[in-house]
Amino acid sequence: MPDGATKPFVRIEGLKRYFDVSAPWLVRKLEGRPRQVVQAVDGIDIEIAQGETFSLVGESGCGKSTVARLVVGLYPPTAGRIEFDGQDMGARRVQSESMALRRRLQMIFQDPYASLNPRWRVFDIIAEPIRAFGLSTDKADLEKQVADLLRQVRLTPADGRKYPHEFSGGQRQRISIARALASRPEFLVCDEPTSALDVSVQAQILNLMMDLQRRFRLTYLFISHNLAVVYHISTRVGVMYLGRLVEQAPTDTLFKRPKHPYTRMLLDTIPDLEMTGRQRTPVGGEVPSPIDPPSGCSFHPRCPFANERCKAERPQALPIEGGTVACHAIEEARLPIEERSYAGAP
Amino acid sequence: MAARSSNAPLLEVRNLRVEFPTRRGTLLAVDDVSFDIAPGEVLGVVGESGAGKSLTGNAIIGLLEPPGRIASGEIRLEGRRIDNLPYEEMRKIRGARIGAIFQDPLTSLNPLYSVGRQLVETIQTHRPMSAAEAGKRAIDLLKEVGIPGAEQRIDHYPHQFSGGMRQRVVIALALCAGPRLIVADEPTTALDVSIQAQIISLLKRLCRDHGTAVMLVTHDMGVIAETADRVAVMYAGRVAEIGPVHNVIKHANHPYTRGLMGSIPSLGHRAERLTQIDGSMPRLTEIPKGCAFNPRCTERGQRCMVERPDLIPAGLGWAACWLHDAKGVGAAVPKELADA
Repeated sequence: MPDGATKPFVRIEGLKRYFDVSAPWLVRKLEGRPRQVVQAVDGIDIEIAQGETFSLVGESGCGKSTVARLVVGLYPPTAGRIEFDGQDMGARRVQSESMALRRRLQMIFQDPYASLNPRWRVFDIIAEPIRAFGLSTDKADLEKQVADLLRQVRLTPADGRKYPHEFSGGQRQRISIARALASRPEFLVCDEPTSALDVSVQAQILNLMMDLQRRFRLTYLFISHNLAVVYHISTRVGVMYLGRLVEQAPTDTLFKRPKHPYTRMLLDTIPDLEMTGRQRTPVGGEVPSPIDPPSGCSFHPRCPFANERCKAERPQALPIEGGTVACHAIEEARLPIEERSYAGAP
Repeated sequence: MAARSSNAPLLEVRNLRVEFPTRRGTLLAVDDVSFDIAPGEVLGVVGESGAGKSLTGNAIIGLLEPPGRIASGEIRLEGRRIDNLPYEEMRKIRGARIGAIFQDPLTSLNPLYSVGRQLVETIQTHRPMSAAEAGKRAIDLLKEVGIPGAEQRIDHYPHQFSGGMRQRVVIALALCAGPRLIVADEPTTALDVSIQAQIISLLKRLCRDHGTAVMLVTHDMGVIAETADRVAVMYAGRVAEIGPVHNVIKHANHPYTRGLMGSIPSLGHRAERLTQIDGSMPRLTEIPKGCAFNPRCTERGQRCMVERPDLIPAGLGWAACWLHDAKGVGAAVPKELADA
């Protein structure tokens, strides 16, 4: 947690986003069906300090990508506020001011095949943010900026003349990163940037992202389902389950002393190279539908430690060891916190 | 030149080549691949996208998409050659002797038929059974793959199942006729980690109970590590290394395998940077001369750039790398190769 003196760079408070997935009005009236609402993000609080990497992990459908899209403003939130460098993102402001604010945050998407316009040359793809925010003085300056960006992501300026289809997945993701860096942002939201890539290419991209972070003092919100990747690059980690943040903590604390039963379950199920021939502990059950989430703690149907209180009362985030955890069993000290060791740890 | 396992093999693949004729010439997507699978053994096949691992699997089950075709080589199942069988003959073997599990459980099931009907149809195709008997076996199969309330679920349609449950149904379908070999192509890639663990332990249990051999094609080294007995690492259409899983992971003999293992982020130790292999796998049109990995290899010698290594015994397995040849990577290059 950022210490009290420094203000968090990004602060998310009580963020909610509901999606209406009801049948059309006439069908509802004729068949007497109720409205249906997906609670994709249901009250999330996060603080991110400048220069750190905050990762959100969770299984598909837990709402982590929705958080990413809310933060960059691709969806308006149903409730709650997002503050960026002390400014409320949802506040009304004149266009020049909101442009200036938006320049400072950019997004990298998961699928490098879908996120680049196939009809544009790479030069134009990367130049677009520079043009849109009016960051270049003339053509020569624009060309120099794009060439610099291409070099920063380990491509060559000559690649600017090509089209996206001429590149491999890893190279396309480099182009996405160059485009995101073009407006000289301070905060990057990365939605599963490596999950469409092969492992050797994933390592290249993660190394590149960490280099760029050090060089430009970038702040990352990193969304991933891969715990090993998250362990590697994050300062802090938040674990999401059914639209709620069940636990957040500094990376080492989360992996060494996981508290929430769901975090423990996730850690148990990671396949590890050290596990040759050994059995992973399979966990029963699946993620329930966010249309009709379980009452109380939404993890209680799969949780081996659930009791009556867990079924009835929604747990609140409880500060613990530099993070928070939302779990009655931890609060009541019914569930001891165990130290975990990993093969290969020093 | 084969990495033989001790027992009489269930599946023998010898010098398999799969090619794609294109306007710009014929592309060799699988180049001279040989391996065996023993009865009851789990062979993992790993590699990055485009390494030819899925094509090898598809060639074995006889489902290469045209214009892809087997150019040469032999595939034998229980001693019988199956790569040159007519379509109808192969259809009888597929399902009965070889089961298949694919990556996406939604596209491997017909959305218009209930899962029960699909199971019964498959059972009756391969076994002489009455509809009632087949229905009973279908329920037993669903129970065996761990679907709760199998009696009711059997009349449900694929869209009523979750991803993990669908993959269980696909596994039940593959098991219908009690095959000797299952070719599982990325069976857990579309699933979340917690569901992945369930499916992997199910697959392991079923294979142990039935003595079924599995060819597990995946890019996920973690899944291989906990499932496979032996592993073949593929690169640019060839087997780079094959050997017992523990040895390949811990003491890899091929520089590519070492790089691949190093680039997997692992829990427990956090390095400043991940090991990375620079560059990317060559396209099929641009496979370099000599060892296909040589432009990315940190240990290459002059020999690697001109002469292509076959599998050479290395440690407990085999590796296609001149480092394991008596003459090493720097050996003088035969004149006819150097001139070519």
